[in-house]
Amino acid sequence: MPRLTWQAAELVTSTPETGTARTLRLRVPGWRGHLAGQHVDVRLTAEDGYSTRRSYSLAGPADGEFLDLTVESVPDGEVSPYLTEIMRPGDQVEIRGPVGGWFVWRPGGDRPVLLVAGGSGIVPLMAMVRARRQAGSDTPFRLVYSVRGPDNVYYADELRRPDPGLDVSYLYTRSVPEGVSRPAGRVTQADLAEAGRPAALAPDCYVCGPTGFVETAADLLLALGHAPERIRTERFGPSGG
Amino acid sequence: MNVISRGFHGRRRDEGDRLPPGQYLVEDFPVLSAGPTPRVPLDRWEFAIDTEAGVTHRWSWPEFQALPQETPTVDIHCVTEWSKLDTSWEGVSLDVLFEDVDTDASYALVYSYGGYTTNLPLEDLLDGKAWIAHRFDGEELEPRHGGPARLIVPHLYFWKSAKWVRGIRLLDDDHPGFWETAGYHNYGDPWREQRYEGD
Repeated sequence: MPRLTWQAAELVTSTPETGTARTLRLRVPGWRGHLAGQHVDVRLTAEDGYSTRRSYSLAGPADGEFLDLTVESVPDGEVSPYLTEIMRPGDQVEIRGPVGGWFVWRPGGDRPVLLVAGGSGIVPLMAMVRARRQAGSDTPFRLVYSVRGPDNVYYADELRRPDPGLDVSYLYTRSVPEGVSRPAGRVTQADLAEAGRPAALAPDCYVCGPTGFVETAADLLLALGHAPERIRTERFGPSGG
Repeated sequence: MNVISRGFHGRRRDEGDRLPPGQYLVEDFPVLSAGPTPRVPLDRWEFAIDTEAGVTHRWSWPEFQALPQETPTVDIHCVTEWSKLDTSWEGVSLDVLFEDVDTDASYALVYSYGGYTTNLPLEDLLDGKAWIAHRFDGEELEPRHGGPARLIVPHLYFWKSAKWVRGIRLLDDDHPGFWETAGYHNYGDPWREQRYEGD
């Protein structure tokens, strides 16, 4: 494999997903493409040469030389407030990737898929949802999305639109919209038994979110009989900023 | 020459020369792993070294606890760009575990409860460079951080410090492990920034 090199990336558009998260569409001339679930390293350099970098998940499948990152602004973060609040179309960062060959979904597999997202952990899972749609795949997908409240849902309009073979259910942890009977609360075994897929179908499970969420959800999937080798996890630590 | 990000200032910190290139400091301890956290009961836990000649050395939990313990304080560097300085561990030096192991092997494949593997040259485990640790910051090592016991090889990126370690297989030939076959560098020296295959 050739060495991954840093490539200049220019901000094309920055679209709000929630009050604190934005999707950045970057143009990266010469981008070689990527798989759904992979991430990139982003490098920022100040005028005086100081530079720092962070990893971000790609929010969609490759679209030529355009790629999408959804970034949650971390209070007091060093990088995410710049990306979400200061950066303007035409401004540049550098990108290196794609990275990660494990937490990925490839169209064409015949196994059903269960996606379990906690908060901003939806991002690489949304890339899988979009890759499935782009490929015209009929692999059954189910997405269980744990989120603080309806205002915190990323990609809300897109997830509301019908997508045959994709079922989406929400678990609200703090504030529940009208008409939803499940009380606010963290993910439980009953939630995953009801909204998830029976372990007997041996779905490929992808779990992404903050550490505590991923630990809990992965343990619940094990308790429901899913095999550990069918459960792939990716964690967003509180660090990252 | 890097591309300048207009309007980015960043936060400089003075960490002297302890931060490898491309790393930033964290105070917390992020968790990264590829699958569910295995739970290993101590009465079934064992650690093994399997030599290239087919000899296996085994330690039960009480036998492992009875070995001489060390308390290294080390800096750790994760390939996802965070570093944490002065982490304190308690565990057994690999030098102690290898005392009675007769081997001419050049490579080690570390394997874990849960199926994780990682590879490194045997010499990177010896001469005070690596430990099997079972306490962190004065407390028993939590399962999510690799408990009951994990490998600590602080001079390489932290994915080499296998959580839930179960044993080490000694090999004449190098055998790439889990991340090493998924796009990451085979050796992983943070000071040479060997993050990904080809670096």
